[in-house]
Amino acid sequence: MFSQCADPKALEGLNWLMCYLSSGKHLLFYASFGTVLLLLAITAPIALLFGFGGAMASRSRVAPLRWFGKIYTAMVRGVPDIVFFLFVPIALDQGIEWTRNWVLCDDPVSPWQGNEFLVCQAAKMPLSSSPQWVHEAYGFGLAVIAFAIVFGAFAANVLYGAMQAVPRAQLETAEAYGMSQRQVNRRVLIPQMWTYAIPGLSNLWMILIKATPLLFLLGIEDIVYWARDLGGAKTQTFSYPHPDWRLYYFLGILVFYLLMTWLSEKVIARLTRRLSAGQATMAGEALRKGAA
Amino acid sequence: MTCAETFYAYALRSLGIGERLLPRSDFDLCQQFVLIGSGLIWNIYFAACALLIGFFLATGLALAKASGNAWLRKPAQGFIFLFRGSPLFIQFFLAYEALVLLPRAGIELFGLTVATSWLTKAWAGALIVLILNTAAYSAQIFHGALMSVPKGDLEAADAYGLTGWARFRRVVWPTMLRLAWPSYTNEAIFLFHATTLVYFSGFPAFQQRGDALYYANYFADKTFNPFVAYPIVAGYFILCTLVLIGLFGVANRRLNRHIPGAVKKLRYRPQLVR
Repeated sequence: MFSQCADPKALEGLNWLMCYLSSGKHLLFYASFGTVLLLLAITAPIALLFGFGGAMASRSRVAPLRWFGKIYTAMVRGVPDIVFFLFVPIALDQGIEWTRNWVLCDDPVSPWQGNEFLVCQAAKMPLSSSPQWVHEAYGFGLAVIAFAIVFGAFAANVLYGAMQAVPRAQLETAEAYGMSQRQVNRRVLIPQMWTYAIPGLSNLWMILIKATPLLFLLGIEDIVYWARDLGGAKTQTFSYPHPDWRLYYFLGILVFYLLMTWLSEKVIARLTRRLSAGQATMAGEALRKGAA
Repeated sequence: MTCAETFYAYALRSLGIGERLLPRSDFDLCQQFVLIGSGLIWNIYFAACALLIGFFLATGLALAKASGNAWLRKPAQGFIFLFRGSPLFIQFFLAYEALVLLPRAGIELFGLTVATSWLTKAWAGALIVLILNTAAYSAQIFHGALMSVPKGDLEAADAYGLTGWARFRRVVWPTMLRLAWPSYTNEAIFLFHATTLVYFSGFPAFQQRGDALYYANYFADKTFNPFVAYPIVAGYFILCTLVLIGLFGVANRRLNRHIPGAVKKLRYRPQLVR
């Protein structure tokens, strides 16, 4: 990156460190922190949407929809989330290729042949001719869906509980005013449930932050991948030889996560304070008395 | 191979007993059920040991966090923040890399050589991480419960002349556990689920002796079919989770036995993940 870094072997001390930390691979390492933040930014709203759908489905009057909602919200209770992270991307990938196999191939046969999963060239997803970034984006997209499904189920638990916590009398009053079911939901239930949902949702946000290193298991080149790659011992054939430094790289990642959770805690505390203002709850009452 | 033969060959494979080679072709359902079930031994081992040891450590930490002495309180707070604020996955990696750096030959201590190589094995190294992790999460739960022990209970203990250890043992501790138990059940379930991370996070599966998810992943990779192995491991975990809830329910009833009508069915709401 810098001109003096052209010959790394001749460098000493601080100069060496500066050149080492600004090498091409290190820039990719720093960019992968962005990948983590991107995953958080994309997954959180989608998971909230899934959770909302799940919670509404489990309250539905249509029995099959209600069963679906109940099963979706219950599935994360008994099964470790890592199982879903391993299962969902590969299952989705095979599902997409399986469908494309029947639609796009000339003479389609079942793709499961012995211990292989084979589809014709035209059905590959993404196509083997597509550029590298498409492959990476596709992998990342599958990861996002896996995260959204798992955290959607957690969010559905939280939102379902919050909807149940809205006082029944409120909904009955709305019905007595002649509102339809949809109007009751939109005008009374949903605006009121957020107060009850905030503690659970903020907890979920912390959980989501701490689940992001699992991206590594999904084959994404994230911070864990680069920490292992860069930290491993490098022999003299490399430009920057060094012993096994993985411990220091992981310490750096640990500090990153501690900062993230610490910062989130501060923001959530302020948010809770603002949302409690004017509420007929203990926190709201304490705020009112504090101001007076 | 009949299913009985498969069972004989692979039921204890995760402990290194039985057939040495894992199945490589002609995978059948029986093999998958037996091997994944065999791996479950490790999940149960990790969860049981971590919960048992972590429980006592967590009680100590909760007391330290509630202590008036800053020399006790600050380290406890720091410990809890460190382990609750960072992902378990990273903690495993970090612990493994740190333990690998210990001298191979052992450490000289008072003329004795303390062997260190066993610490890099999953059964010890990962267990230590799990113990510390669950201790931090449980300590936070216990601390919350400790803070909500009713004042009247403490005054009653004072009136009876109970002090120090007797007061803690007979009044504070049982009440704290009673209040913390529903949340602690959640924590136990999540710790059990978190044991599946061990063999995906640096700790090598020596001679392919892994846990349930390790074998499920092995089968899914070999057969290119995730729709058999992963549902099997999911089924095993649902069963174990139900057993765990049952066991904690028994303890819950015992803790609440003096309060008429207080024994509610433990409601399991997933709250914590590492």
